[in-house]
Formats: sequence, C-alpha cells, structure tokens
Amino acid sequence: MDTRVTIAGVEFKNPVMTASGTFGSGMEYSDFVDLNRLGAVVTKGVANVPWPGNPTPRVTETPSGMLNAIGLQNPGIDVFIERDLEFLRNYDVPVIVNVCGKSVEDYLTVVERLADTDVSMLEINVSCPNVKEGAIAFGQNKDALFDITKRIKEIAKQPVIMKLSPNVTDITEMARAAEAAGADAISLINTITGMKIDIKRRSFVLANKTGGLSGPAIRPVAVRMVYQCANAVKIPIIGMGGIASAEDALEFIMAGATAVSVGAYNFVNPYSTVEIVEGIEKYLSETGTQSVRELIGCVK
Amino acid sequence: MDYRKKETTVVVSQEEISDGIFDLRVKTEAAGYAKPGQFVGLFPPSDGHLLMRPISICESDAESKTLRMVYRIAGDGTKLLSGLKAGDNVEMLSLLGNGFPTGEAVGKCIVLMGGGIGIPPMLGVSKSLQEENVHAFLGYRNKDTFLSEDFRKYANVHIASEDGSIGVKGNVLDALTAESEVKPEIIMACGPMPMLRAIKKYAEENQIIAYISLEERMACGVGACLGCVAKTVNKDAHSHVNNTRICTEGPVFDAREVEI
Repeated sequence: MDTRVTIAGVEFKNPVMTASGTFGSGMEYSDFVDLNRLGAVVTKGVANVPWPGNPTPRVTETPSGMLNAIGLQNPGIDVFIERDLEFLRNYDVPVIVNVCGKSVEDYLTVVERLADTDVSMLEINVSCPNVKEGAIAFGQNKDALFDITKRIKEIAKQPVIMKLSPNVTDITEMARAAEAAGADAISLINTITGMKIDIKRRSFVLANKTGGLSGPAIRPVAVRMVYQCANAVKIPIIGMGGIASAEDALEFIMAGATAVSVGAYNFVNPYSTVEIVEGIEKYLSETGTQSVRELIGCVK
Repeated sequence: MDYRKKETTVVVSQEEISDGIFDLRVKTEAAGYAKPGQFVGLFPPSDGHLLMRPISICESDAESKTLRMVYRIAGDGTKLLSGLKAGDNVEMLSLLGNGFPTGEAVGKCIVLMGGGIGIPPMLGVSKSLQEENVHAFLGYRNKDTFLSEDFRKYANVHIASEDGSIGVKGNVLDALTAESEVKPEIIMACGPMPMLRAIKKYAEENQIIAYISLEERMACGVGACLGCVAKTVNKDAHSHVNNTRICTEGPVFDAREVEI
C-alpha cells in the first residue's frame, strides 16, 4: 500500500495537507497531532510586513460551515522565518508557505526572502476575499493572475502553487492562466464570499460585512471545481473545501486532485488530518488498491 | 501540566437554574487540571453545527472529576446544549485559555466582580482563594440571583440589580461605591463589555490592578485561526500587531494591557 504522491518533484508521504489559515504554523495543533504524520504543513499566509487583520467579530458559524474575515493577520516574513520555520524544523514534514501581499512587489519580497530557506513549496494566495487590496484582485482577473504568476516564477527558488478563488465565473480560465504563466501546481478552492445578518441587531454579524464561507457546506462546489480544473490543465491540483473525512478526501482525489487539504474541520476535530491519513490507508487496503496515485482523477 | 484534548465527556447533570441559564456538570479528567478563569469548548450535539461554544468553567472538582459550566442560551448552539441530559455524551475541547492569576491576590483585599453570565467563572476564583478578605460583587438584571448562595461559602457577597429589586440599584461598581469600607487592592472581573470598560477606568483612576476576562466569537480555540482577538496597548507576542489572541493569551488580561 503506497500513499506517496509527488507534486513538481516534491515527494509527500501521503496526500493529506493542512489548509492555509486553519492550522497556524503547525505549532498550535502539535498538541493534538504528530506533524510528522502529515503530507505537508501549509502555513498561515505571510506577508512582507506584519498585518493587523480586520476588526472583530471575524468568525461566525453558518449551517455546516463558517464564515471568516480574519483579514490575514500575520507577523510578517521576518518573525515567520525566525520563529515559525524554526519550529517546523523539528519535524520531518514538507513545509508549504502561503504567501500574501497587497501589491506584486509585496509578494516578490516574501518569495525572495524564502528563496534561501528549506521550505518545500510556495502557495501564492491570490484569492483571499477578506482584504481590500491585492490578494483577490489578482485571483479574479486572468490577465492579472498570469502576470503575477509569471513574475513570481521568474524569481522563485521553490515550486509555485497558485491558490485559486471560487468567486469567479469560470475557474478553468484562471487555472489555464496560472498554467500558461508557469505555475507548478494549483490549489483550490479558497473560501466562497458570503454574508450573515443579525436580525436582532439589524446589522452584519462580521465587522467586515462579508466573509469567506468554508466547511462541509462548500464541499460539492469544491469537488466540482477540482473536476473542472483537472480536465482543463495538466499541472497537479491540491483540492480543498469542506473535507471532514477520508471519504471526502477520496472524492477530491478521484475528481482529479493529487493532494488534499483539511481546513475548517481542524477546528471541529483537531485530530482530523491524521484520521484522514489513516482512513485513506484503510480504503486502499480494503479495496486492494496498490497506490493512492491510481485514484487521482479516476472518475472521468 | 497542561491538559489539552478533544474528548467525549458524559453529562452528570444539567438543570435550568434561572430563566435561560443552565447549570451543566460533565465528567472529565480535565477537572484535575482546570484553573479558575479557563474555559472549555462545548460542541452542540448536531452535525450541522460545527464550532465549539466557548464556555467558562464555573467550578472544577478533581475528586469527582467533574467540571461545572453555567451558561446562558445565546443562540442555536447553546439551545442544543441545553437539551443535554444526564448520561448523554458531549464533545469537549479543553482546557483553554490562561485563567486568573490568583497567586497575585495573596494577602490583599480582593474584589471579584461578575456581571450577568460573567458571574459563573468568578465562583471558581472565589473557591480557589484561601484568603480572608474576599468580596464578591455580583450584578444581576433583577432579584433572580443565580449562584449567589454558592458564593457565600467563599466570599462576602454584595449584590447589585439593574431594576433595584435586590441589593444596590445599578451595576457592580455602584455596589462597590456603596460599600465604603471595602478598599480593593486587586480586582478580578468577568461580565459584559460596558462593565469591563468601567472597571478598567476605575482601576486606572484608583491605581488598582484589575484582571478582566474577555469574550469574543471563536473558531479554533487554540490560537490557530486568529478569529478572536483583542486590541492591545503593546505589540502582541504572536503577530506583533497589537491584536492578541483571546483564546490563547487570554481570556484574562491585565486591564491596562487591552484597549476595550
């Protein structure tokens, strides 16, 4: 039984990763799970300088999901390298750093700072719906996405994953633009923009008014988009959106994802990542499947 | 030793002790480690409700391995929790947060203040203090003074009510002002934001140390999501941006350190 997968030459011991923003830098969940068991740790988005994020309330529950508008609060690349990457060196797990910015230059600064580090891959966040400048502006316009991908690829020393937004008319256009610009992989979906109103206060629940919807509520949308992109591009896909179990992870893999990320469900069950790894192993052995790679995109 | 896990606990008992206020006891080893002012995350018994509800610990009993939580129904999730009966299972994430620094209160005139559903965690604080000079100022809406009898075992109780039907009419600070012989040297408080703001101001004006417990909507409870932050005077330890995590660096803060 073989759970290994490879993306852009980087080998992962299994296809289960953490979704950026839901797992800190791994430290916060290391009390619950052995990080060595994960396919990769994908860190919380990091910018060139510290970002304060949005006012509170930043999170609220919705049916089978949640809305968040954190606004990418982060300590900036210097503290991240000194503290968070240093912590992750205690583990034998590939690290994928999620990079955010307000301008192309912001992204390039972070990518350059990471060039000499031992991180395995970069995930470029061009799809956060909760910050006004940058971020999603690059992810909702295929020309802008092409340009930023190309500029990052020119200087990046690690393979580059472009994280796509579902808040577009046709996500395959974005996938094609990223591929054409040289992206090594794509990850999808980021959260779906949503809103909740408090009818007692006659106001928005979130201070940011809108937030990103995640959790099992968005899973069918995410599976569909992974399937569409898998049929549109040749580069590998990391699939995510409401994964709560090994069965959910296998849906994404069969739809065409080479790896998957667990996001909001870490909050519900902090052990879920490792339980999903074990569930995939069980599925492979029960069905007599030699390798998880046989399942990637097996549903046509 | 830190106790940090998500586990299935068994409900020992639950009763409604006041209108919409429930007294829940669950069996867990966490009771042997809980500090006053810490909280737990209780998951509503429903697949569609994903997130834990952060609820303060009212009391812990290491011997019977029982944690007591007293909470108010605030929405769907707490409504579902209120339906739990003895013998039911409930998923719990614990132990969360820092708790009150009760060691700093030794030898001082200690004033504990609780307002509304901020009263329950102060009971655990009063119980843990092996001190003579402990005063609990409890603020209620009306004469329905839930938990006040429990406090009498550990503290001198002073009551305020918004409608004036019992104790001093007004809030906990009005009650403190009315008790001229109580000269607080340290304040520990939990309650609604206007009350905490007033305590912060009072403590600064009178140069008294005050520790206040904050609440905010939370998702992870363990410091990963950065959903629950409070504004801080100085750069916070995690992100260096004056937004500190209530679930991890709090919920109890030195009132001088937070901007509320």
